[in-house]
Amino acid sequence: MQDLGIGILFKGVNFQRLLGGLWVTLRLALITIGLSCLFGLLFGMLMLSGKRIVKAFCRLWLEIVRFMPQLVLLYLVYFGFARLFGWDLDGETSAVIVFTFWGTAEMGDLIRGALTSIPRHQTESAAALGLNKARIYLHILIPQTLRRLLPQAINLSTRIIKTTALVKMINVTEVLKVGQQIIGQFYRQPDAAFWVYFVIFLLYFLVCWPFSLLARHLEKRWA
Amino acid sequence: MGEAILRVRDIHKSFDGTGVLRGVSMEIREGEVVVIVGPSGCGKSTLLRCINGLETIDRGEIFLRGEKISGRRKDLHLVRQRIGMVFQSYDLFPHMKVMDNLLLGPTKALGRPRAEVEKEALEMLERVGLREKACALPRTLSGGQKQRVALVRAMLMRPEILLLDEITAALDPEMVSEVLNVVIDLARGGMTMAIVTHEMRFAEAVADRVLFLEEGVVLEEGTPEEFFHAPKTERARHFLQSFTYASKRDKVEIQPKNNAGD
Ligand SMILES: Nc1ncnc2c1ncn2[C@@H]1O[C@H](COP(=O)(O)OP(=O)(O)OP(=O)(O)O)[C@@H](O)[C@H]1O
Ligand SMILES: [Mg+2]
Repeated sequence: MQDLGIGILFKGVNFQRLLGGLWVTLRLALITIGLSCLFGLLFGMLMLSGKRIVKAFCRLWLEIVRFMPQLVLLYLVYFGFARLFGWDLDGETSAVIVFTFWGTAEMGDLIRGALTSIPRHQTESAAALGLNKARIYLHILIPQTLRRLLPQAINLSTRIIKTTALVKMINVTEVLKVGQQIIGQFYRQPDAAFWVYFVIFLLYFLVCWPFSLLARHLEKRWA
Repeated sequence: MGEAILRVRDIHKSFDGTGVLRGVSMEIREGEVVVIVGPSGCGKSTLLRCINGLETIDRGEIFLRGEKISGRRKDLHLVRQRIGMVFQSYDLFPHMKVMDNLLLGPTKALGRPRAEVEKEALEMLERVGLREKACALPRTLSGGQKQRVALVRAMLMRPEILLLDEITAALDPEMVSEVLNVVIDLARGGMTMAIVTHEMRFAEAVADRVLFLEEGVVLEEGTPEEFFHAPKTERARHFLQSFTYASKRDKVEIQPKNNAGD
């Protein structure tokens, strides 16, 4: 009797290989998310406090990043920059650059939105209570900004995790690429593709679902 | 009545070159309730905001118990700890329960022990009929309940003077009196207050003195009897008229309310 395709996942180190690929995906995503939060904070503050020209520049950046397919940017940096400037960027570095370029703008816009959504009279009534500046930030502004920001930031993070699947196109061996390698090895097993992709689907789901639950929970709790 | 708590001397304030306060002076003595009325845009809110330093003034001086508080940049929060203020918009902190709203100022700004303030807060909530709301979030309260909590929050700082800026203006009519009755209670308890309001009956009931502000100057000042029953200026008469309605069956010329004996 022929094995069920799912069996190949438990042959040898196949499953470990998949998990290894998942780790590449997650590492890429985590670095990107971390950098995006950091630069996004600067980006958001620039959008708020900057001169008109700075604001226009930020808007332009945001627009470009929104209508430009990520894959085009990846190719541009990975292949284009290598040729043009002679930079020898590896796939993962290129991916971090491109996704951070995107994540910074999106995160910055979320941070700008969260900061501006707090009405001025919140600051004023805290000041009227005789709290000093530091305490107003600590007890009133930061908690309220985080409450608005966190659910949206989590949603953006799951989008970033999903989007990292594109890096297999620039030769980064992440989970999808590993899956294809395994399928290639077991080409005689007709349903291998289905099972491998199904497991990858489950892995993505297991990673992203808790985030999405958390975001929904926070949104409801802090509405 | 006791010593002067607040003294405002000839203050001026303009926004973008437009004079909003143009030489306002006033004095509030200990335990006194001064009501400030006037048409929309005459500078009432600006006056209160200048007093607790939310706006800087261009000219003039403000004294709290003889101590000059205007023109100060540093340690403004120490001044504000002595001046309570409640605004028109519901300004409770939405991410904190009622009790945490109440505790924030006394514990974090004044550094008083939490247990002691909590006990006092519960007593005051009880007095305004909201004891069972101590653990509620602000968004579950009605507008009238929110403003009562805001009053308790300001009072828990034990301010030397309380500034109220149209605290019922955003309320549904049926909730106005539950809030104003709390203010009347505070007045009876001897609280020193400067109150801006459009509720003329309340103003008459609570005021020791009425200031009529128009275009950034105090146009008229007097006891509530004088101001509401025998206003001295044409402007004040006109202003008071705007709160009365002529009957559709009444063909006579519109007269200000209670102005018959003028
Ligand atoms: N921050 C500001 N910037 C510019 N103009 C302002 C500012 N605050 C107030 N003003 C202007 O100052 C004038 C007085 O405003 P203020 O709010 O003191 O009036 P008010 O007497 O409280 O009116 P209302 O009864 O409508 O509350 C108004 O013309 C207003 O537009
Ligand atoms: Mg006003």
